[in-house]
Amino acid sequence: MLNVRLSRQRGDFCLDVSFSAQTPGVIALFGRSGSGKTTLAHLLAGLLQPEAGIVELDGERLYDSEQALNVPPEARRIGYVFQDGRLFPHYTVHGNLLYGWKRRPQDAPADAGLPSRLILLLGLEKLLTRRPWQLSGGERQRVALGRALLTHPRLLLLDEPLAALDQRRREEVLPYLERVRDELRVPMIYVSHQFDEVLRLATHVVLMDHGRSVASGDLPAISLHPQLRDTVGAEALGAVVEATVTHAADDTGLGQISVGHGRLQLPTAALQPGQPVRLQLLARDLILALGTPRGLSVRNRLAGVIVAMQDDDAHSVLVSVDVGGPILLARVTALSAAELELRIGLPLWVLVKSVTLRTFSRSDS
Amino acid sequence: MASVGTRQLRAVIRYIGRMVDLAISEIEWQALRVSFAVALRSALFSLPLAVAVAWALTRRRFHGRFMLDAVVHLPLVLPPVLVGYGLLLLFGVRGPIGAWLEQTLGIRLVFTLPGAALATAVMTFPLMVRAIRIALEQVDTGLEEAARTLGAGPLDRFLSITLPLMSPGILAGTITAFVAALGEFGAVITFAGNIAGETQTLPLALYSALQRPDGDVLAGRLALLSLALGVAGLALAELLSRLLRRRLGRPGAV
Repeated sequence: MLNVRLSRQRGDFCLDVSFSAQTPGVIALFGRSGSGKTTLAHLLAGLLQPEAGIVELDGERLYDSEQALNVPPEARRIGYVFQDGRLFPHYTVHGNLLYGWKRRPQDAPADAGLPSRLILLLGLEKLLTRRPWQLSGGERQRVALGRALLTHPRLLLLDEPLAALDQRRREEVLPYLERVRDELRVPMIYVSHQFDEVLRLATHVVLMDHGRSVASGDLPAISLHPQLRDTVGAEALGAVVEATVTHAADDTGLGQISVGHGRLQLPTAALQPGQPVRLQLLARDLILALGTPRGLSVRNRLAGVIVAMQDDDAHSVLVSVDVGGPILLARVTALSAAELELRIGLPLWVLVKSVTLRTFSRSDS
Repeated sequence: MASVGTRQLRAVIRYIGRMVDLAISEIEWQALRVSFAVALRSALFSLPLAVAVAWALTRRRFHGRFMLDAVVHLPLVLPPVLVGYGLLLLFGVRGPIGAWLEQTLGIRLVFTLPGAALATAVMTFPLMVRAIRIALEQVDTGLEEAARTLGAGPLDRFLSITLPLMSPGILAGTITAFVAALGEFGAVITFAGNIAGETQTLPLALYSALQRPDGDVLAGRLALLSLALGVAGLALAELLSRLLRRRLGRPGAV
């Protein structure tokens, strides 16, 4: 369990956050640039000083303003992967990796094989004699990740570790982060302003805005939060649903995934039945229909009931539909909402034009 | 007329011959030895202090920082004779520090080789601090933060990250200060005198040679020697710091 309550005032910028989350797991600090994510990460690591609050990790206080307790960063056992890697230029990759290992706490589990296992896990075996400047951006971040993990951290802070990388390099590093989450089960805090990274990695999300934690919860809950729109923008707004593959892909290339009472047919080439997945259904990709739809090219539809409605902007309405557990968000024009007489409690069909599918294995399961 | 010309020509040739004679005379050796002994002591003793002062000036914010900065740099702008005079007042046999040193430790600095080293150290200190300070300013504090999160305490961080990364500057500063120390004149002659074999460094020997009517050849040779040492020292400083920088792995931005 991670309990955080921190405040800090510097000039115009006021940081005031409070959240709790289960460990192990990946806690995403999600928000726009300038929302205070990096400041919060620095405060958690002890690299910056808050004015008041507590940081409590798995029952141990790392910071407590009332008791004047402030464990210095070097004793907090919180690994930090910086945005720019911050590898030591005068060490080789191997030297960088072992820097923290040599300084690991004495009570860390005796596990002499960890460095070599991590080197394999992160695919670094061919890079060991290189210098940091001889590495690509993605390789650098993998080394930084390995270096932080070798300190036996109780918590790993990843401050937008992919922000400096292009899309291809991102895709090169992300699987390694998933492996660390699922195989090493180190609790992580993942700072990001990319919703897709959150979708792939996070088990818990803290939504940040203007230095405040405006919401904290699991991803499906946060995806419905009214203030998420300010961060991701109207176009990227959409419910996230955790679901399970029920049938593997047949010869049409489509498999089945159960969502609430219904099922979606999706291309699931590499997926096995029983595998947990995450689906993001963008509000703009959902169509609402009152009668049973016929003669449409859209294959996927789910029956549901309207549970909430809110104005999105002057011309459109966000409709929340319960499809038998999961709640989906659909955007319809205000005109359509009026014509269809949409109201809370109305049963209807949700037509799904497209879905973003991400495999996801929960590390706490 | 012709014989006078020939005689002059012969004299010039003989003069040049003696100038470039590779056999170094006893008096030249002595000046070289004293110069090296003085410069070496001065550089080695000021090095730790210079690193500490550069650290304080760059990384610490404290009252009197501006004063410290000014005091360190004063020898650059004061007449060297004045610095030597100041040292005499402080470290002379009747000076507050000098008297104490002589009574409690039996150490006398005036007119001795260690005294010459002290005068030289004071004069070359700003050069060293400057070079180290520039190097320290270029060390990315983010790397020290990273080391901190990896479990390194303050001294550990300094020794494993900061010091190696600023080592090219330390080396360059030390060599520059050493070479400058070989040629320090005013403060040395004022505080430590001009005693052959004890405090007579190269420039002091050069000065003495110039005072003697027959000293022109010796003066020329000492001048060439000083010039060669200076050029060689600067070249060495540049070369070594380049080598080190390459070893530290920063060809271009990382």
